[in-house]
Amino acid sequence: MATVEHSNGAHSAGVEDGVRRRDFINIAAVSAAGVAGLATLYPLLNQMNPSADVLALASTEIDISAIKPGQAVKTIFRKQPLFVRHLTPQEIQAANQVPLSELRDPQSLAERTKPGKAQWLVTMGVCTHLGCVPLGAGEGENRGPFGGYFCPCHGSAYDTAARIRRGPAPKNLEVPDYSFKSDTVITVGKAA
Amino acid sequence: MSFSWAKAYEPKHPLMRWLDQRLPLPRLVYGAVGGGYPVPRNLNYWWNFGVLAGLALTIQIVTGIVLAMHYVASGDLAFQSVEHIMRDVNEGWLLRYVHANGASFFFIVTYIHIFRGIYFGSYKAPRELVWMLGLVILLLMMATAFMGYVLPWGQMSFWGAKVITGLFSAIPVVGTSVQQWLLGGYAPDQATLNRFFSLHYLLPFVIAGVVILHIWALHIPGSSNPTGVEVQSEQDTVPFHPFYTAKDGWFASLCITLFALVTFYAPNYLGHADNYIPANPLSTPAHIVPEWYFWPFYAILRAFTSDFLLPAKLWGVIAMFSAIILLFFLPWLDPSPVRSGNYRPTFKWFFWILVVDVIVLGFCGGRPAEEPWVMISQVATMYYFAHFLIVLPIISWTEKTLPLPSSITASVLHGEAAEAAPIDMSGQRPATAH
Amino acid sequence: MVRFLGILAGIVMVFVAAWSFGHGAYSFLTTPKERNVVKEFHEEPRDLHLASDGPFGKYDRQQLQRGFQVYKEVCSSCHSLRYVAFRNLEEIGYNEAEVKAIANQWQIDVPDIDPKTGEPKGRKAIPADHFPSPFANETAARQANNNALPPDLSLIAKAREGGASYVYSLLTGYRNPPGNLPAENRPGPNLHYNPWFANLNIAMPPPLKSDGQVGYKDGTKPTVDQMAKDVAAFLTWTAEPRLENRHRTGLAMLIFLLFTTVLGYLAYQNIWHGPTSRAVRRTGPLNPVNMAKRDAAAEEAGIPSA
Repeated sequence: MATVEHSNGAHSAGVEDGVRRRDFINIAAVSAAGVAGLATLYPLLNQMNPSADVLALASTEIDISAIKPGQAVKTIFRKQPLFVRHLTPQEIQAANQVPLSELRDPQSLAERTKPGKAQWLVTMGVCTHLGCVPLGAGEGENRGPFGGYFCPCHGSAYDTAARIRRGPAPKNLEVPDYSFKSDTVITVGKAA
Repeated sequence: MSFSWAKAYEPKHPLMRWLDQRLPLPRLVYGAVGGGYPVPRNLNYWWNFGVLAGLALTIQIVTGIVLAMHYVASGDLAFQSVEHIMRDVNEGWLLRYVHANGASFFFIVTYIHIFRGIYFGSYKAPRELVWMLGLVILLLMMATAFMGYVLPWGQMSFWGAKVITGLFSAIPVVGTSVQQWLLGGYAPDQATLNRFFSLHYLLPFVIAGVVILHIWALHIPGSSNPTGVEVQSEQDTVPFHPFYTAKDGWFASLCITLFALVTFYAPNYLGHADNYIPANPLSTPAHIVPEWYFWPFYAILRAFTSDFLLPAKLWGVIAMFSAIILLFFLPWLDPSPVRSGNYRPTFKWFFWILVVDVIVLGFCGGRPAEEPWVMISQVATMYYFAHFLIVLPIISWTEKTLPLPSSITASVLHGEAAEAAPIDMSGQRPATAH
Repeated sequence: MVRFLGILAGIVMVFVAAWSFGHGAYSFLTTPKERNVVKEFHEEPRDLHLASDGPFGKYDRQQLQRGFQVYKEVCSSCHSLRYVAFRNLEEIGYNEAEVKAIANQWQIDVPDIDPKTGEPKGRKAIPADHFPSPFANETAARQANNNALPPDLSLIAKAREGGASYVYSLLTGYRNPPGNLPAENRPGPNLHYNPWFANLNIAMPPPLKSDGQVGYKDGTKPTVDQMAKDVAAFLTWTAEPRLENRHRTGLAMLIFLLFTTVLGYLAYQNIWHGPTSRAVRRTGPLNPVNMAKRDAAAEEAGIPSA
């Protein structure tokens, strides 16, 4: 269309500028529509993130006074199973005897418990392979070849410090944020 | 699609050619809303509302799907889940307000679209099916909107469901059984809520399907235009893209701005305070009204107050449904060969009376059933039926219409069409921006 | 044929509507007008201006906190606030520790079960809890309030025409019944005359009785009027906690949309009135000065003028 104007011969430089300005406006308008489209995606996607009420369920208090050495309880934290185990001295010893170099995810028992409370092992009951609940917390359940937890889905075996020893799982059972409110009550979750 | 000069799709990119040879989707889009659909060059802004209605449907479906991820269709939890969306879900308040006000936006643009069709005779041959499919969409929209309004399970939701399903009880003999079948019980309850949610989710997709038929049927004869004179030559048309995409685009942006103004600054203006009270089957709100877009029909329903051979209630129901059903016969009730109201001086007068009449009906429908509103709505109801069933058939016989322009181009050149795309005097294709 | 049937159907519909109109008009003219006492004495909500009003409105957090104090000390003994959680109080300016303390010291326990016996048992509230209801259920609420049900207040500012103004007017609206009020509209036992209430007689006794009923900490004088305003502001917030976010997002959206609309309009002008059609544009279709030129041009292009 610029050619038509050229044939008129008048102000050809001005026309060139005009054409560029017009192109710019068209491109800017289409881009603005594009930005609007992308901005629309934000609320549409963000609404799927955890809502405020879910995020608010941050902490759980657990009374551990009734758990005898050698026993464990299964409870719920953030809608997922949580294991609290009262280790026997033998189990603590067994865990401490394992050289860290032998471990897939090297961590000592001391790193996985609170100072002076080595007998209290608090972990998520979620296998780090694909998220099944390992056996071993309930009375009479199979605790696997290393005496800790055993995941029946794909055969991951955890030791007495709930560290991964055999099977496909890549990591030790996760230790959540928790603290001792008193000797017999722990608070699991942030900012207790 | 429709005209011999419609440009065929020519892929510019090898990837598009590859796709087009295997699945001619690019060809379909190009022919439907691209450069391959020739559109009369003289469409005015009243022709923008079809696209806006499509946009509104899209907004409703997208926000609706997302809201359904949080909504719970349970008598005990529905109200609470809506409050959960408003308070705790990320941007939930935005999604819900857009969806709630989006329904009003959808009806506003649809009503304007319909009145445009009535004024410019868009329902006349060969576009009768376009018109009738459009009416099917309207009916589906009404059903969907009504069921959607029940979902929050507030007071107005509950009593709206009760009153509207109560209309069916006016049917002789089987009425009560039909009402119980619709509700799945004696009163709106869990069964009602669940089925309404299911259908409220389903129907928009049915609407989308009928929209495709509506557009398909439209593309056979091509769009009508303000002169009502059919397209005769290439000079009469411009390609849909970029001409009408640009025009629809900026106008849609303007309308969304107005929509945003309401959604962000008066989100509850079009709603009812009572619907923020949880449903209570033991207490009726003082003043039950449906949403504003049902008011004209609600006024017609309530206009029949005296028995005449049949019970008044039945007359009201018959009249309310006929008010829409009669529109299906419009192409035959008004067989005037002149389409556009611009060339029909008598029709034009009655058209504007109809517009005022429907607004009056709407106003009365939103008032309590007291005098003088009932009497006014009775007069307005008389005119509504008289307009379509008596006035239109008669003026289509008797009216002396104005001379039509010989072609769209002639009318443009003569300055009749203020909005037209300018005609290139060199006789070449109309100007396009690169 | 369709036209003929249409006219017949039209005559029937118009006649039946006219029949109803005739009956209605006759009885309208012949029956003496009934006196609508409630309408006569009912008052429109009084003006109330809050910081959250208008498109740029933001909540006055000090006022919300005062309003919360009024709710806590006056309203909460009968009215629940079930859609609001203690954690939400952080939004009106309390810090985490304060919210925790408020929840912990709340006068009503949260219903729970004893983890050992399974028996129902109350516990102290935590920030994640919603405000517990003062009554276990509707029956209990009615039992304690002369068969009247105190409504939940979370949404009251949206659930009544007039919103916050209604709340404010109602709380300050207790009056002695006027002398000309008919006997059947006078408050019965346990009812109180309040012209802002829908049927003029409300079961709730005046909740804000005297100045200084609530001790404000921020130095604001707790007059009855001030307390009513503050609690109305607080209930506006409980009904629409995302208002500030809405106002902010709306402003950004509108600015962006206006910008896009202007750009879109320019692009549209550009496409419709590009350089090739400049000559035509100069002669503009509606410019009467150029009428002759246009007709000449049309003739030249071989198009017959209409």
